[in-house]
Amino acid sequence: MRQIKVNAIKNGTVIDHIPAGKVLRVIDLLTITGKNVVMMGMNLSSGKIGKKDILKIENRALSDDEVNSVALIAPQASLIIIKDFEVIKKEALQIPTYIEKNVVCPNVKCISNEEEISSKFKINVDKEPIARCVYCEKKYKLTEIRVKI
Amino acid sequence: MKNLISMRDLTKEEILHLMETASKIEAGKIVPDMTRKVAALLFFEPSTRTMFSFDTAMKRMNGQTIIMSGTKNTSAKKGETFADTLETIAQYADIIIMRSPTEGAARYASEVVDVPVVNAGDGANQHPTQALLDLYSIIKTQGSLENLKIGLAGDLRFGRTVHSLAQAMAVFGAEFKFISPSFLEMPQYIKDDLDEMGIKYEECDDVEGNIDDLDILYVTRIQRERFADPEDYEKVKGSYILRKNMLTNVKENFKVMHPLPRVDEIHTDVDDTEFAYYFPQAKNGVYTREAIIHLLLGGK
Repeated sequence: MRQIKVNAIKNGTVIDHIPAGKVLRVIDLLTITGKNVVMMGMNLSSGKIGKKDILKIENRALSDDEVNSVALIAPQASLIIIKDFEVIKKEALQIPTYIEKNVVCPNVKCISNEEEISSKFKINVDKEPIARCVYCEKKYKLTEIRVKI
Repeated sequence: MKNLISMRDLTKEEILHLMETASKIEAGKIVPDMTRKVAALLFFEPSTRTMFSFDTAMKRMNGQTIIMSGTKNTSAKKGETFADTLETIAQYADIIIMRSPTEGAARYASEVVDVPVVNAGDGANQHPTQALLDLYSIIKTQGSLENLKIGLAGDLRFGRTVHSLAQAMAVFGAEFKFISPSFLEMPQYIKDDLDEMGIKYEECDDVEGNIDDLDILYVTRIQRERFADPEDYEKVKGSYILRKNMLTNVKENFKVMHPLPRVDEIHTDVDDTEFAYYFPQAKNGVYTREAIIHLLLGGK
C-alpha cells in the first residue's frame, strides 16, 4: 500500500514540485498566519524533478502577486486548488512577464533601493528568463533577484 | 514622446525625427518660442557642461531656467523625500531636467510628476541627451547614420556615453572597433546585446594602426583612478593617445569625437586638423537639447 507522507486537505491550496529545499522560502513569502493548517514535505521522491518539496495550506487562496513571487522562487512548481478533497484546478506556474511586488533589485545603486518604492522587473521568458529592472535597466537571472520576505 | 529617460525607449523613427528637428533649429527653419516657460535643472551630481548646455538651449529659445546644483541648499537635507522635492519643483517648472548619481532616478521622477522629465545622466546607467547629440554630430558629418564603422576608444567599461552610443548606433547597423585596456573593455551585457542584433565588432588595445578604416573615432578619457597601481596607468596610457601623425591614412570623411572634458587622450596637435570634431560636437549639444525641449513641450 502506498504510504501517504503528507495528508490531504479538504479546502485550500497545494504547491507541488517545489525544488527540494525551497519550501521554507515559499512559506516565509506567503506570510502564513497561525490560523491556517499547513503541511509540508521536504525531499520527497519525484518522478518529474528527482527530489521535491510540497506545501499544503488549508483555507487559503493565493493572490496573483503571491503566485508571481512563488513562480520566481520555484518556476517548475504546480499550483493546485482543492475543494472538498477534490482537485478543481491544477496548473504549472508561469514565470510572469512583469513583476513589481515583493522583489528587490540587486543593484544597490538603483533608485528602488534608495526610496520607499518597490522594484519592478520586465521579464523576457523567451529562452533562459532574464529580468530587466525598469529603473536601473540592469539585467539579471531570476536566481539573482531577491524575493522580499 | 512624453519624457526622455533612456535610449532604449526611442524608436528609430523618433531618433530620426529628433535629428531632423535639431537640424531645422540649427538652420533657423524652426524657431521655438519658450517665452514664459521655465525649465528646472536639477543636478544632484556636479556637471558643468551638460548643465550649461541645457541652460544655453533654454535661453536661446527665450525660456527661463531655475537651477539646483548639488543637494546642500535643498530640503533633502531637512529630510524631505525625493518625491516631495520633485512634486514641488513640478509646480514651478514646465519641464524637469535632472542628473543624479542614482540609477533609475529619472525614470522614477517621470512616474512622480506630470511635467516632462529629461534624464541628464543617472549614475552609470543612461545619458540619452549625450547619445543623441553624438548621433546628431555623426549624421551631420557623415550624411547618414546607416552602416558606419565606428571606433570607441578609452574607458569602455565605466563610460555610460559609449554604452548608449553603441546601443544607439547598433540600431543603424554600425560595425564597431572597441579599443581599450583589457580590464576596461566593453561590458559583456553590451556585447551580448550586439551579438543578439547580429552586429559585428572587434576588440583591440592600441589606437595606432586601428583607425584607418573608421568613419568615426570616439575617444573617452581613461581615469587614472581606475588603475590599482598608478604605474600601470603610465605604462598603457600611450596606447590610447591620439596624435596628428597617426592620421595620415585615415578616410576623407573620418572624424574624431569626444564627449569632453579631454585630458591628454587627444593630443592638442590634432585640434587644427580637419578631422577634429569635438568642439563642434559640444555646440551640436545645444541644438539637440533645444530640439528635445521643443518636442517635449508640444512642438512638432
